[in-house]
Amino acid sequence: MSTPSKTVKSSGRPARALALLAVLILGLLATALVQGATSLRLGLDLRGGTSVTLQPRASNDSNKITAEAIDQAVSIIRQRVNSLGVAESEVSSQGSGTNRQILISVPGDSGRRVVDLVGQTAELRFRQVLATAVGLPGTGTETATPVAGVSAEVNAAFAALDCTNPENLQGTGADAPSELVVACDRQGSSKFILAPAEVLGQQVSKAEYGVDQQTGTQYIVSLTFNGEGTKAFGALTARVTSLPSPANQVAIVLDGLVVSAPSINEAIPSGSAQITGSFTKVEAEDLANVLKYGALPLAFDRGEVQQVSPTLGADQLNAGLLAGLLGLILVFLFSIFYYRALGFVTVGSLFIAGGLLYLTYAVLGAWIGFTLTLAGIAGTIVSIGTTADSFIVYFERIRDEVREGRTLRSAVESGWARARRTIIVADMVGLICAVLLYFFAVGGVRGFAFALGVTTVIDLIVIFFFTKPMLTLIAKSKFFSSGHRFSGFSAKSIGLKDSADGNTKIAQTNDVKSESVEAN
Amino acid sequence: MSTKTGNRRLGARLYSGEKSFNIIGRRKTWYSVSAIFILVSMGALLFSGLSLGIEFKGGSSYTVNKSGISVEEARSAVESTGIPGEVIVQKIGDDKIRIQTGTLTTAQSNGVEDALVKAFSVQIESIDTQIIGPSWGKEITKKALYGLFGFLLVVIIFLAMTFEPKMALAAILAVIHDVFITVGIYALVGFDVTPATIIGFLTIMGYSLYDTVVVFDKVRENTKSIAATGKSTYSDAANLAVNQTIVRSINTSIIALLPVASILFVGAGLLGAGTLKDLSLSLFIGLAVGTYSSIFIAPPFLASLREKEPAMIALRKRVEARGATPAAVATVTSARPVQTRGPRNQPKRKGRK
Repeated sequence: MSTPSKTVKSSGRPARALALLAVLILGLLATALVQGATSLRLGLDLRGGTSVTLQPRASNDSNKITAEAIDQAVSIIRQRVNSLGVAESEVSSQGSGTNRQILISVPGDSGRRVVDLVGQTAELRFRQVLATAVGLPGTGTETATPVAGVSAEVNAAFAALDCTNPENLQGTGADAPSELVVACDRQGSSKFILAPAEVLGQQVSKAEYGVDQQTGTQYIVSLTFNGEGTKAFGALTARVTSLPSPANQVAIVLDGLVVSAPSINEAIPSGSAQITGSFTKVEAEDLANVLKYGALPLAFDRGEVQQVSPTLGADQLNAGLLAGLLGLILVFLFSIFYYRALGFVTVGSLFIAGGLLYLTYAVLGAWIGFTLTLAGIAGTIVSIGTTADSFIVYFERIRDEVREGRTLRSAVESGWARARRTIIVADMVGLICAVLLYFFAVGGVRGFAFALGVTTVIDLIVIFFFTKPMLTLIAKSKFFSSGHRFSGFSAKSIGLKDSADGNTKIAQTNDVKSESVEAN
Repeated sequence: MSTKTGNRRLGARLYSGEKSFNIIGRRKTWYSVSAIFILVSMGALLFSGLSLGIEFKGGSSYTVNKSGISVEEARSAVESTGIPGEVIVQKIGDDKIRIQTGTLTTAQSNGVEDALVKAFSVQIESIDTQIIGPSWGKEITKKALYGLFGFLLVVIIFLAMTFEPKMALAAILAVIHDVFITVGIYALVGFDVTPATIIGFLTIMGYSLYDTVVVFDKVRENTKSIAATGKSTYSDAANLAVNQTIVRSINTSIIALLPVASILFVGAGLLGAGTLKDLSLSLFIGLAVGTYSSIFIAPPFLASLREKEPAMIALRKRVEARGATPAAVATVTSARPVQTRGPRNQPKRKGRK
């Protein structure tokens, strides 16, 4: 028989396999300590925070969605988010080429501010006001007629514009700079016909917020133009200053909405301007930042906004941990109930897997910024099941081999040769599932897929380097090889034929048993 | 104690073939049962459809964490802002109220938050919000479908390479069967379908395949040399394999269900709703269906496919000619497999190393 030689060979290896595993664990531990990653990075859904996913809005005009435009948008949004000064904020893009989303996550409770800050295109324009009226539909027809160059079409659009409709107050940033446009102000109280833009946002070189020196209470944003902007703004103000109202007003338009439309009393050649618009301090600060870092090259739609309060985050974390603990306990109880002492090998394997997993997550957190989300915790808990599954596949296989008359010692080896294949194939399927989920998934799903993939790999490591060597070792002990009734390998639990040869068989030693098989 | 012992004995008796459930032979029964399930699923899908969560439809959800708020108060506070569309208000646990609305603009959404802040004097930061744009659902639906088809394709190729092409086909059919019935149950009961549910569906496919792989591995082993020995038909050998792995299938399913059940329990019980509940519910249902299909659908279907091969038809004729009762499909007698197993396996293992 060729099996004995194999048995001898591989039963000499368990110590080596266990040593390898110890080296791996120590290596991970050392890496984690060197990185200073002693705890896991938790996702925003577990510690509270705001996450926003932006989708580029397909538009028909010049704003084509290109990979460069998205890259540029990511860097502008990153600057804006950094201006909030919240540690561990992240801006990244997901997907490939032009089919990408931008992911923004900001921990803590800055909620709505983040949403406003990242969502706006921040296209700033200075336009001469041609006509203005109360922001209700059906008003303003008569005022608009005298202005030269206003087509009947624009006029009709102006008359019909209803600034009380929230649809018209979204700030789409869709005002073409070279055209006459109709627009509402930000409060929705008045509407305007505006001339083509004469000064653009990219001609602003500096933006700061501060308190208005004259009133002493109002927050303002002061702008400094570059050379080109200074010239254009000087020319614009010089031209309109002598015109009758409302043509002497210059509207400051942000994303298609009029922020303010001051009357120009004298030409401003100095190259600076102020935006007033009853801002709060935070609003003025954010507007200044948005203008400083420039407009986004694309307009974006909010795909998904999720705001989790720290309370809910803590609740979800606790629930996740509780579910994990409960799942583990149930699996432990089941294994020990069904497999007796052998069940402790399962428990031990799961502990090793848990330790490896914690270290892997910690190292990956410091290394590639892996964060553990609620979906990730769920994936991890689910994998307790699959990990335990592979032990069952192996244990049952060993029992099958014993039923066929092998000794425990040789059954552990020959059963392994067969179970190994099943486990590898099954884990490969799990891995394929995880990888595909990861690449096709959006947002939270990725965390789940990642956890599933990592745990599948760890399952393989644990069964190869812990469970199998442990079985080889314990098969040598008398407790197991003699089929003690709590060992999980008793004749009773395996179900060896009791009447024919059962009672004696338990008493028999390994060698006698294996001989009897060969005698067959 | 006695039932436990009985159970263990059963495992051994199933293994030896002493006791055998005729699973492959009664395949028409299982096919009919599944056909009925699938028809009901299709009907439910057609008539009541799936109830999609806001992640797919677009919309907003606000959760206020404060005890002592009634559903009516919350509803009137939200409706006072004059937002369009239907407003759904649910109480979650003792101290949470969840409000779901249709797609809102930023201004409307801020208005709802402000109204809630004012009505219940809570901090705006303590309101958990989720806002989903109208085109977002299409995006994730598209991705989920890509994921589904990509998965099926890769797995077919992988299984066909590791096992036999017909095994891959039968395994995938069983998976499609599982997803179909699970979706049907969702349509019938009206559980909400969210992205977490979809993750659940996709994971089920992995699970169901895992179970099927375990059974097929044994089928392959048992049927390897049947043509040479001529002692049993493909169906007989496959049926023995199913019986030999049935205890294992049930154990692995129980152990996989335990953690899922604990997530479901904690997710539904403590958190009320959300990722954990949606995920574990679809896993729970899918696992149950998956266990059924890996025993009752995949192996019989594989046998149906293989029995059509000329070699297997010839084998069946030979086995029947040998004098075995034609009813061998229905009752695998205890003596035959027990005696064939031992000796037949010995030389094989030698060659295997």
